[in-house]
Amino acid sequence: MVLSECRIGEKARVTALLLGESRRKRIMDLGLMPGTEVQVVRKAPLGDPIVVQVRGYQVSFRMSEARYIEISDL
Amino acid sequence: MVQTIALAGNPNAGKTSLFNLLTGTRQYVGNWPGVTVEKKEGWVKGLSSRMLIDLPGVYSLSAQSLEEKVAISYLLQESPHVILNIVDASNLERNLYLSVQLLEMGLPSIVALNMMDVAVSRGLQIDEKKLAQKLGVPVIPMIARKGKGRQQLLEWLEKEEPTCSRLIVPYPEQVERAINELIVLLDSAKLNLKASVRWIATMWLERNETIEQVIRQNVDPSVIERMELVRQRLGDTVDHQIRNARYTWIETLLREVTTQRRTVERTWSDRIDSLILHRYLGIPIFLLFMFMIFQITFSWIGTSLSDQLDTFISGPVTDWLHNALMKMGSPDWFTQLMTDGVLAGVGAVLVFIPQIAILFLCLSFLEDSGYMARAAILMDRFMQAIGLNGKAFIPLILGFGCNVPAIMATRTLEDHKGRMVTALISPFMSCSARLSVYSLFVSSFFNRGKAEVVFLLYVTGIIMAILTAYLFKKFLKADEGMFVMELPPYRAPMIKSLFLHTWDKAKGFVRKAGTIIFGMSVLIWFLGNFSFHGVTPMNESFLATIGGLIAPLFAPMGFATWQAGVSLITGFLAKEVVVSTMSIVYGAGDTDGSLGALLQGAFTPAAALSFLFFVLLYTPCVSTVATLKRETGSWKWTLISVLYSFSLAWIISFFVYQVARWMF
Repeated sequence: MVLSECRIGEKARVTALLLGESRRKRIMDLGLMPGTEVQVVRKAPLGDPIVVQVRGYQVSFRMSEARYIEISDL
Repeated sequence: MVQTIALAGNPNAGKTSLFNLLTGTRQYVGNWPGVTVEKKEGWVKGLSSRMLIDLPGVYSLSAQSLEEKVAISYLLQESPHVILNIVDASNLERNLYLSVQLLEMGLPSIVALNMMDVAVSRGLQIDEKKLAQKLGVPVIPMIARKGKGRQQLLEWLEKEEPTCSRLIVPYPEQVERAINELIVLLDSAKLNLKASVRWIATMWLERNETIEQVIRQNVDPSVIERMELVRQRLGDTVDHQIRNARYTWIETLLREVTTQRRTVERTWSDRIDSLILHRYLGIPIFLLFMFMIFQITFSWIGTSLSDQLDTFISGPVTDWLHNALMKMGSPDWFTQLMTDGVLAGVGAVLVFIPQIAILFLCLSFLEDSGYMARAAILMDRFMQAIGLNGKAFIPLILGFGCNVPAIMATRTLEDHKGRMVTALISPFMSCSARLSVYSLFVSSFFNRGKAEVVFLLYVTGIIMAILTAYLFKKFLKADEGMFVMELPPYRAPMIKSLFLHTWDKAKGFVRKAGTIIFGMSVLIWFLGNFSFHGVTPMNESFLATIGGLIAPLFAPMGFATWQAGVSLITGFLAKEVVVSTMSIVYGAGDTDGSLGALLQGAFTPAAALSFLFFVLLYTPCVSTVATLKRETGSWKWTLISVLYSFSLAWIISFFVYQVARWMF
């Protein structure tokens, strides 16, 4: 499964980041990397971007990135 | 000797608050990531010869955005005496990532543990002594916004020998082996850097761009080749392995030094967000906020305050000055210069200060509370349609205050193209200086629909910005930017900081009134009262000649008078000058009627409306053009922007005039 399919409120674990090098690094610097627990908190009015809870804070990014973040159930 | 202290930390960790607390200056503090766009310097109050340098907020030293590059190359090349690392205690895990990178660097450091109050309110208890011991540097708990912890921090900063951390993060075995090989190679290369060699080796493995550059410039190619081999052997996942090791180290550390007393299931911030970012209500609430700002500024409070000030200046103050000058026996021409020139010109601008102050107050409220970050998220989808992302929305909103900081704020954007386009469309955001022109005209021509006309102007500016972005993005090379926006928890803006910020901005406006507008008023008065034949009536003066030259250009828009022409020329210096120039050329100081009444004789309502659209869109002021050049780094694009906005203004005002003439 990928993060963009994750339902609001569900927790999951990141398994892989299938993004290009610079985006992958950027997301990892924010603390989101394979092994990290994430939760989709809410979605913006048009369903994009999404707000994700990671390592105790909230960060928002687009579905176009969330589609390349693979997750699995906890 | 001057000692430099570099203030480093995550965006929104409270760097600017701490900077202000230590230096006593008032930098602007917002509650959205990326307030500090340039590094700022200031002397530390209470300590001798300590210079504090506020670096842009960064999440890591990966050096991808312009700000990260500024921060890392400063730390690497200038080697400050101490790094003051500010950490948000309520968001420790992510904030400590940068701390770990900084401490690994091995430069003398102090950690300021900020926002302790927020951490406590979330039920988090932090053992600061243990944290200090594990990090290997002093840790000072603080609440920078409220000034707590300053004394203790100053005591540490005063010490002669700051501590270097001996922090070593254990990396996986094969990474450690590679680091050791690189250390040997780097040692032989004798780099003249203060940073630890182990840190440089790690950064090389991560493919950090800045380190890469430094090494390629200073190390022998044959050594680089061997370093390259070491890196290649580790494969693609090395950047993940390194980051993972750091975060794992932090997780272990946090288990030892923090206790979660109670867990707050749903914070207030979450509750507010479920309304603010609500599926159906989010956008209407956003529009409501924008509409409220307009109503407060133009209808409810701002305008009536401005009107009162106007009556006061054009009545009692003018009479008083006139009488005082007469009593002192000043020559007639000087009395006229002072009343019809200086007071008319400067006064005409000063009366708009209440409105401008209220606009800034509203914008500061949105920024300080944390709403701006949400607005960026709400707007992201719409901004995407014009090839920008939600973050670009923040500079654009700042443009309503002044275009200069708006263009500078584009540095927070990660992609070059997004930065260029946002900077180029920023001038179409109607700044507060233009507001003075609108206020003057709407109150004399459109008494019934004041707020509506002004709203229409602002909306037109936004639409033009959107269309322009759409057009320009086709001519700029694309590099797809990524939208990442942290959502800081909401907080109640502090009244004091709101007013200080508003005052700071309004002060700039007053200063302009005292300098550029004062000077222009004197100049225009002279040009308006003299010609080659000496003293002449104004319509035969130098001014009339200059204005008359460009006036025909505006004939299709219904304001082909030399007065309008001169106002637009001087408006290039600062848009408020349009108002002061008009005040002088229409003789508002020496006749009974107010400037508004005089304008009614000079413009038809349709021409007035068309003039407003022209002022909205035409070439931005000289400071904006200069900033545009500096930030885009391109004369070509600056020139295009100047010519483009002038042509666009001409075309739009032409249409407005034709339509309005038919309607009125």
